[in-house]
Amino acid sequence: MRLTVDGKPLDIDVDPDMPLLWALRDVAGITGPKFGCGVAACGACTVFVDGQPVRSCSLPVGQVSGEVTTIQGIGTSDNLHPVQQAWIEEQVAQCGYCQAGQIMSAVALLDMIDNPSDEEIDEAMGGNLCRCGTYPRIRAAIHRAAVLKTARS
Amino acid sequence: MASLRKIARRTFLIGAAAVAGGVAVGYYYYRKPYPNPLEGELAEGEQTFNPYVKIGADNTITVIAPRAEMGQGISTTLAAFVAEELEVPLDLVKVEYGPASYAYYNATILEEGAGYNFWDDSFAAESARALMMGIGKMLGAQGTGGSTSARDGFDRMRQAGAATRMMLVDAAAARFGVRANELTVENATITHAASNRSVTYGEVAADAAKLSPPSTVVLKDKAQWKLLGKSQPRVDMMDKVTGAPIFGIDVRLPEMLYATVRISPVFGVKPVRSDTSAAEKMPGVVKIVPIETVYGSGFGVIAENTWAAFKAAEAIDVEWGKPDYPVTNEGVMEIIAKAAAEGEATVERDDGNVDAAFADAPADKVIESEYSVPYLSHAPMEPMNSTAQLKDGELTVWSPNQMPVLIRWFCADIAGVPIDKTTVHTTAMGGAFGRRGELDYAIYAALMAKETNGRPVQVTWTREEDMRHDCYRPASVGRFRARIGDGGPEAVDMRIAAQNMVASLTSRWFPSLPAGGPDPAITDGSRNQPYTIPNYRVASVEASLKLPVSFWRSVGNSVNGFFHESFMDEIANAAGADPIEMRRKLMVDFPAALAVVNKVADMSNWGEKLPDGKAKGFAFTLSFGSWCGQVIQVADTPKGIKLEKMWIAVDVGMALDPSIIEAQMFSGAIYGLSAAMSQEITFKDGIVEQSNFHDFDAMRIWQSPEFEVAILENFHRMGGVGEVGTPPAAPALANAIFALNGKRIRSLPLNKEVKFA
Repeated sequence: MRLTVDGKPLDIDVDPDMPLLWALRDVAGITGPKFGCGVAACGACTVFVDGQPVRSCSLPVGQVSGEVTTIQGIGTSDNLHPVQQAWIEEQVAQCGYCQAGQIMSAVALLDMIDNPSDEEIDEAMGGNLCRCGTYPRIRAAIHRAAVLKTARS
Repeated sequence: MASLRKIARRTFLIGAAAVAGGVAVGYYYYRKPYPNPLEGELAEGEQTFNPYVKIGADNTITVIAPRAEMGQGISTTLAAFVAEELEVPLDLVKVEYGPASYAYYNATILEEGAGYNFWDDSFAAESARALMMGIGKMLGAQGTGGSTSARDGFDRMRQAGAATRMMLVDAAAARFGVRANELTVENATITHAASNRSVTYGEVAADAAKLSPPSTVVLKDKAQWKLLGKSQPRVDMMDKVTGAPIFGIDVRLPEMLYATVRISPVFGVKPVRSDTSAAEKMPGVVKIVPIETVYGSGFGVIAENTWAAFKAAEAIDVEWGKPDYPVTNEGVMEIIAKAAAEGEATVERDDGNVDAAFADAPADKVIESEYSVPYLSHAPMEPMNSTAQLKDGELTVWSPNQMPVLIRWFCADIAGVPIDKTTVHTTAMGGAFGRRGELDYAIYAALMAKETNGRPVQVTWTREEDMRHDCYRPASVGRFRARIGDGGPEAVDMRIAAQNMVASLTSRWFPSLPAGGPDPAITDGSRNQPYTIPNYRVASVEASLKLPVSFWRSVGNSVNGFFHESFMDEIANAAGADPIEMRRKLMVDFPAALAVVNKVADMSNWGEKLPDGKAKGFAFTLSFGSWCGQVIQVADTPKGIKLEKMWIAVDVGMALDPSIIEAQMFSGAIYGLSAAMSQEITFKDGIVEQSNFHDFDAMRIWQSPEFEVAILENFHRMGGVGEVGTPPAAPALANAIFALNGKRIRSLPLNKEVKFA
């Protein structure tokens, strides 16, 4: 089976029923997306398929037709995405485990809405659970990312 | 008399700090107690000076922060202790967790186990604390918990940085042929300005490492601090926003197998009948092995990938034994309620004469209430996991854990390998909240590593397995009465029943030891609060149940914060007093508490007239040496009760990193509010009914209030940070709901009585 992940081709031989998350983590060694619940209830596994956020723990890899983007594909330490930059400036992460998913959902939100309100943030980010309770700084970081992103474009 | 001398020394040091500003301390204590574990693992050209510092010839400076990073930011603050005295900015420092070693004992974790109130500076209290710290050192207890890490590392790690700097400067002085006091130090470079010469730390590290450590070091005065006391960018932030493989579950090794466990969901029983043949034939399955441990019995499933292991574990056909505890949740709670009503009590606080105060109390001046809270799961975001490899007689364990020395001990025993052939790597943790103070996740990995012919095996639990095999926050029932006097309580009498957490832990770790005495955590947060009430009694009762229970963020304070502060609100209401005005009177002997209450009242504009459909609630808890007051404002909306804003004032004695402290305050509050609003663990047929985030959810972003945090530094002793935001959150919310609609909710979770937006 051939996938495109973070811009690179990926050939893997797996059961098409295997969730995309485990194909990425255990077969392809791409560990950025995290396992949290296995039932699409926490959002830690969020990746994009053709730019749309999906819960990779509940999507069979055989049903993936588009290009997959993970946290490792949106930016790197020397070339951060504006959302990652804002996350650093607002010092969002605590344990950090849910943050790959949070950042992916925030990137998707800012791709749809340039300058979201708190209400729009709350609605878009509601599927991403954070047990450390970083929510106040997530809100602040998304507002900051909106400014950073507009300034860059 | 050794402990007496230690106390004298401690007292002298505190005095010296107050008078001179800088603290001169004997450094021998930190050179000697245990060998330096870094000596065995140095890279080419690298030198070590003590268990906290390595410096490479290329000027790479590595600081060991030997407390588990579970989100609380401790790696940043511990690294800053060393960096401050080493005179290097944090971004020049590489931070590592370091090996499991007795050298990294946490003395403070046992200090408050001495059982004295935080404000008690008496000779007896200080003696007991010093004794407990000595025990911590002797045990080599490298543990993370009890909000102790910064307090424990504050002196030791600054001294390690200072001693290293002095050795480097001495080496540079020798090289330049000048006196050490002619040199200046900045950014890991030592300069002799008069001759315009300089060397980097790396260039003199090899010379410096040959010198004897100084016998005395002088620490910087607080006013000279460049890093401490100021918000630092967290050292782990870049990794965490770029998806770096830092967590236990991210460990990837050549030839690694993947595994999971299926352990009996009925606690303490084994399978009575099982058939693994169908599961064994499933694609990708390598092997299914029986598991029998102090934590539980069942099966380990080893496979080519985690998903195959999950599927096969589900396919095991098994019938489990029957529980030896009540099969319904009502049955469990009844045992605790009965203990609260009539069980044998241990009186933990007894001021005045409570019995006499109630004997002549007019009936209309007495209020009585029964409160209860449920069992709770820790549910950190990263499910339990560990990776282990047993090869050529050596065991290596990669584990996100809070107790590396114990993990090494237990895993070595299970794998049949000597301790000195066992290595534990502690990874970053995707949350812990106390859960990773247990050992089961690592034990199972060590067991399975015996079955894989030298290949490493990563064992990951499903969320369902994690939720149903926790060591839970114990449920608790409290029976309270108060005699109402003029504007407040004349007498307060509290009886609180719960399972004994220490006994539960002992039964897992040291089953041959006797159970020990009463568990002071049962009343922690009720028996030791800064209130002066003429007649004031707090008693604990042990509920006799064998469900696995353990420490959940803030431990007993998570229960008693709700009990004590909800009941205080009831007393204020019965006395016709404003809840904060009443606290001001009761806390008059405790200036730190009073200042916190006044601050949070000011911040929240307490007493302002609110529009209809809005209300505020207040609560205060002193826990882990920090004094925390919270006010929350709620609003009645068509969708339910909305949490609008929370104000927090906290006195931590000394604020080492304001940004991290602020984050921990709202983190702790959200953790407490999550539990208060909707969480409970219940039992049916001996099995935990909840299984995943659909039925054990936590606060979502749309439910999160805004936060405003003020940090005070009035108290003379440093307090903890990671847990103190949790205890007052539930009662503040329950008290706000009472102020909003007159409904006094005495049983958690609150969503059984009200709907939240």
